[in-house]
Amino acid sequence: MLRGGVFVAVLVTLPMLGLQHWFLNLLVFVLMYATMSSSWNLVGGFAGYPSLGHAGFFGIGAYTLALVFKDQVLATGYEPFLLLPLVGLVGALIGWPIALISMRTRADVFAIVTITFLFVVQTLAFNLHSLTGGSQGTALPIPPFSADHFEVPFYYVMVAMLLFTMGLTFATMRSKLGLSLVSIRADEDKARGVGVRVIGVKVLAFSVSVGITSMVGAVWAYYESFIYPQFAVDPLITIAMVLMTFLGGRGTLWGPVLGAVILESGQQYLTYELGGVQLYLIVYALIFLVIILLLPRGILPTIEDRLRLRRRRRRTDEAAAVWPEGPAIPSNTDSLSTLGGGAP
Amino acid sequence: MHALIQGVILGILTGGVYALMASGQTLIFGIMKVVNLAQGAMVIMAAYLAYQLFTTFGVDPFLAIPITTILMFGLGVGVELLFLRPLRREDKSELSLLVTFAVALLIEGALSLTWGTTYRSINAGYANSSWTVGSYQITLVRLWAFVLSLVALGLLFWLLNRTRFGRAVRATVQNPESARLLGVDAQWVSALGFGLGAATAAAAGSVYGLLYPFTPGSHYDLISRLLSIVVLGGLGSVGGAVIAGVIVSTSSAIVAATVSPAWSEMTFFVVLILVLLIRPRGLFGSVTRGAI
Repeated sequence: MLRGGVFVAVLVTLPMLGLQHWFLNLLVFVLMYATMSSSWNLVGGFAGYPSLGHAGFFGIGAYTLALVFKDQVLATGYEPFLLLPLVGLVGALIGWPIALISMRTRADVFAIVTITFLFVVQTLAFNLHSLTGGSQGTALPIPPFSADHFEVPFYYVMVAMLLFTMGLTFATMRSKLGLSLVSIRADEDKARGVGVRVIGVKVLAFSVSVGITSMVGAVWAYYESFIYPQFAVDPLITIAMVLMTFLGGRGTLWGPVLGAVILESGQQYLTYELGGVQLYLIVYALIFLVIILLLPRGILPTIEDRLRLRRRRRRTDEAAAVWPEGPAIPSNTDSLSTLGGGAP
Repeated sequence: MHALIQGVILGILTGGVYALMASGQTLIFGIMKVVNLAQGAMVIMAAYLAYQLFTTFGVDPFLAIPITTILMFGLGVGVELLFLRPLRREDKSELSLLVTFAVALLIEGALSLTWGTTYRSINAGYANSSWTVGSYQITLVRLWAFVLSLVALGLLFWLLNRTRFGRAVRATVQNPESARLLGVDAQWVSALGFGLGAATAAAAGSVYGLLYPFTPGSHYDLISRLLSIVVLGGLGSVGGAVIAGVIVSTSSAIVAATVSPAWSEMTFFVVLILVLLIRPRGLFGSVTRGAI
């Protein structure tokens, strides 16, 4: 709770410190990725369905907003933000049948199907000229915010969305829904056997997850004010979401956020330092491999394990001091708490 | 009607190449339960190697295949030993997807660093010559590519069905535990199997380079097509991958000839979705626990 309060306070006050534009811009992107990774975590982390198609929904959100506001002039500039829930609904409604079909398969094949969905959306974005403008791209209305505080409205919208997604994650972890999702990850057949409504639960998680992702896509499109198919539907966005969640820790509340902070700022630094896209790809891939090979469970679960181990050792030491015969604490008590996929 | 038949001819000829690429991918899945997302990148890499051998040494892309095959085989074994072997067994299938995607990005980055991101193509002297049979055009390159794919597939089948190594591979595909009990060294089979899968990319790369212009980013197009083919054929079934490769490539060529080339790409996905709706395990797939 305290951690959450401090986090909110820091997020709200940050733009009031008179930060440079480049830094605010970086923060907006960090928030976008933190929100998307948190939403990916709902289905990829808790239910264990590694979707590689989320970037398709990012693009769907971006193009939905672009279509609604085609050739319009905005009065206040806040209209697109008000429309975000609708964009989320569109994403979730498209995600529903996709989930119903693709979730007939398990981990590997599911990843294949979702990544093919991503390429379907990309092909559509290139080919449906009348809707998307094809490879020439399409323009959104230019946000009429003053240049001095241009990033600030986007920043606060993204803060709100991140807090919403984290709140949703928190509620999920505390509810029967979260337990159902984790049981699906552990063993779907057994979960079905004990009465978990597996199909309903996982399809719901997927729809909510992609709904949030498409909302972020809409904010991104408005922020960039001109979108092209290859950037709106980019496999690298999917990979960033997955990687951030893995780095921070799957199935945890703070993991995806931590992963986004580290990777997105690192990424911006790398592109700035290395300039060329090619070298950046290599470095990115190497970081990716190192994370998976050295920290397969993510930063937070690893730290948690270390702390728990140390605490347990101290306890057994104390116990040994009192009862020199041997440890009084049964060693398997902690295995119960890991069942929850790493509680917050 | 003319366009339709022309499309079918083109599709079958191109289908051989896809069959070759997909057979490597499905073989890797069969042995290790790993979906190799780097298969497309390996094909493109082999295409660049063939391109370089052709432009600097004048080696014909078809004759370059033995050289690139050895290189790609080494690369495949290296990837398995370095990146896939250390993964823990319980979440191997999930993590291996990410690892192979990272390898694909690594290859893409290395290719763009070496050759830049502009389109390249291998302009062999015979690139544009063709035969006319009846009123139908048969490009010579495509015909040779088809023949070559058949030869390579024949070699692969011989290796799998007639050698000791092939028997070990098939045993591992059918039941890894029993194979291990009977004395098959699973780690050795995995490394060589991944190498073999990568080696099929070598032959496919030469042919791909002759048929189409390519950039380091081309592997995204390739991998999505390959995945549709592999799922249609049934994951792990080499024969299924061959038939699916021809089916998908033919239907896509028909769409290109009758509707529009821009939509031919969609055929792959429509086929995939239909397969998932009607028969999720693919044409010749067995029900693998954990996959379907």
